[in-house]
Amino acid sequence: MSSDMKKDIEQLRIADLHAFYGESHILHGIDMKVNRGELVTLLGRNGSGRSTTLKSIMNMVGKRTGSIMVNGNETVGMPAHQIPHLGVGFCPEERGIFASLNVEENLMLPPTVRSGGMTLDEIYEMFPNLYERRMSPGTRLSGGEQQMLAMARILRTGANLLLLDEITEGLAPVIVQTLGEVLLKLKDKGLTIVLVEQNFRFAAPLADRHYLMEHGSIVEEIASNELEEKMDLLNTYLGV
Amino acid sequence: MTTQVLNSRVNKTMNKTKLSFLILLLVGLVAPFAIYPVFLMKLLCFALFACAFNLMLGYGGLLSFGHAAFLATGGYITGHTIMQWGLTPELGVLAGTLCSAGMGFIFGKLAIRRQGIYFAMITLALSQLVFFLYVQTPFTGGENGLQGIPRGELFGLFSLEGNLPMYYFVLAVFVIGFAVIYRTIHSPFGQILKAIRENEPRAVSLGYDVDKFKLVAFVISAALAGLAGSTKSLVFQLASLTDAHWHMSGEVILMTLLGGVGTIFGPIVGAATVVTLQNYLSQGPLASWVPVILGLIFVICVLLFRSGIVGEIQKFMKKNFN
Repeated sequence: MSSDMKKDIEQLRIADLHAFYGESHILHGIDMKVNRGELVTLLGRNGSGRSTTLKSIMNMVGKRTGSIMVNGNETVGMPAHQIPHLGVGFCPEERGIFASLNVEENLMLPPTVRSGGMTLDEIYEMFPNLYERRMSPGTRLSGGEQQMLAMARILRTGANLLLLDEITEGLAPVIVQTLGEVLLKLKDKGLTIVLVEQNFRFAAPLADRHYLMEHGSIVEEIASNELEEKMDLLNTYLGV
Repeated sequence: MTTQVLNSRVNKTMNKTKLSFLILLLVGLVAPFAIYPVFLMKLLCFALFACAFNLMLGYGGLLSFGHAAFLATGGYITGHTIMQWGLTPELGVLAGTLCSAGMGFIFGKLAIRRQGIYFAMITLALSQLVFFLYVQTPFTGGENGLQGIPRGELFGLFSLEGNLPMYYFVLAVFVIGFAVIYRTIHSPFGQILKAIRENEPRAVSLGYDVDKFKLVAFVISAALAGLAGSTKSLVFQLASLTDAHWHMSGEVILMTLLGGVGTIFGPIVGAATVVTLQNYLSQGPLASWVPVILGLIFVICVLLFRSGIVGEIQKFMKKNFN
């Protein structure tokens, strides 16, 4: 089950994706490809369409055209609730922890979408904080714990393509470091990860490739070994 | 260490709920010796009706404004099958419940795609449709309703003519209905319902077909409302148009909100309050003022204690005795 063997299997392919919120045209023809076992980031300023790309994959935007293939299945035109069953786990920016359920109930809520997901014990081993607080209501957790819960929740389902939206936002450096370690562990397990990230220094050492977004389209694809030479370009696009 | 403490705390609350159920059941068993049984039966029927409604509003987050249709359907079908086909009471009640569930399925299929006020309006429109249907169709007796429904013999063995045996039958029906609701809320299904109420897009993105879960909840709620209506028609030996009128849909909302929406005992307390007030006030000089008084109470409830009687008590307990 080494991840190298599967490098060339396509997990996600997006072709000419346009997305709309009502009248406004948000994404202008996105093309991207993520292979199995890769960790790819979407970089860009606020409002450049990174979160919308992830939401489009989950069919959570108003209207979308083009093609989104997940594990070889066309998902444009598929009802939103069926997409997770293709093995997609989405961790939204606002985390979506359910306040009326406790930690363990939150963990057990998502349906299992494929075999090979982590067991409850494995999850508690990876996130010891959650084990200690498993009977507390979901929103009584600290921000970092909530983020861990939001991630842990999709790991149990067996999803092998994780879409993570701004998981480090507003968290203490220690917790950001822990999340980085978790991501590396998940990558070693052969999971495919698409990461939307504001914090470039967090994403750079983890990712295989970066897509740079601006005004709803992808302007540059950067492999991790080209980072040095394209640093200037990155700074112009990301610089404030 | 901490987990043990947590576990024992969870067990303690579990035991507490169990104990309160047991006490309530005992109270229910001896109550007819202290209070007029027919009044108690009316109370239990409305409590079951409000509990069924609470399943939709409190746990599914859906405000249905057409639950009267299910109450009335249960009553009419039970009355009709017992009077015309000579069914025993338990079969009549079962028939009423099943018809209400079927009607709930149709209502739900049509209304569930819409949310908030649109959902309420569609259910109201459908229940008005049912109301006018019941005014016109001959089997309901139109304005007169079905009168003199025989209580009959349970399983063909025990006569329910007396008020005491009838009371224990109603109590049994209530306990069964309440148990169904309790189980529904405390099952994985109930947790998914809560998740949908809180954050529907998130529940969809986790992979749940939200409409299907809402529909199941709606059908369960409609069936139990029908069960309440069926039992009520046996108690009063009468099925009338008042049950189908939209006033009834409003009344059940009042009961649920007054008692505490989203709490397990709230609807019972709310139903008890409303039914008691109606009964006592209608005998006194304030008889014609009952709607005004209920309206005032509702306004006060919304302004001062929004989480209802039981909801406020729970808050108070949490603040002071935890």
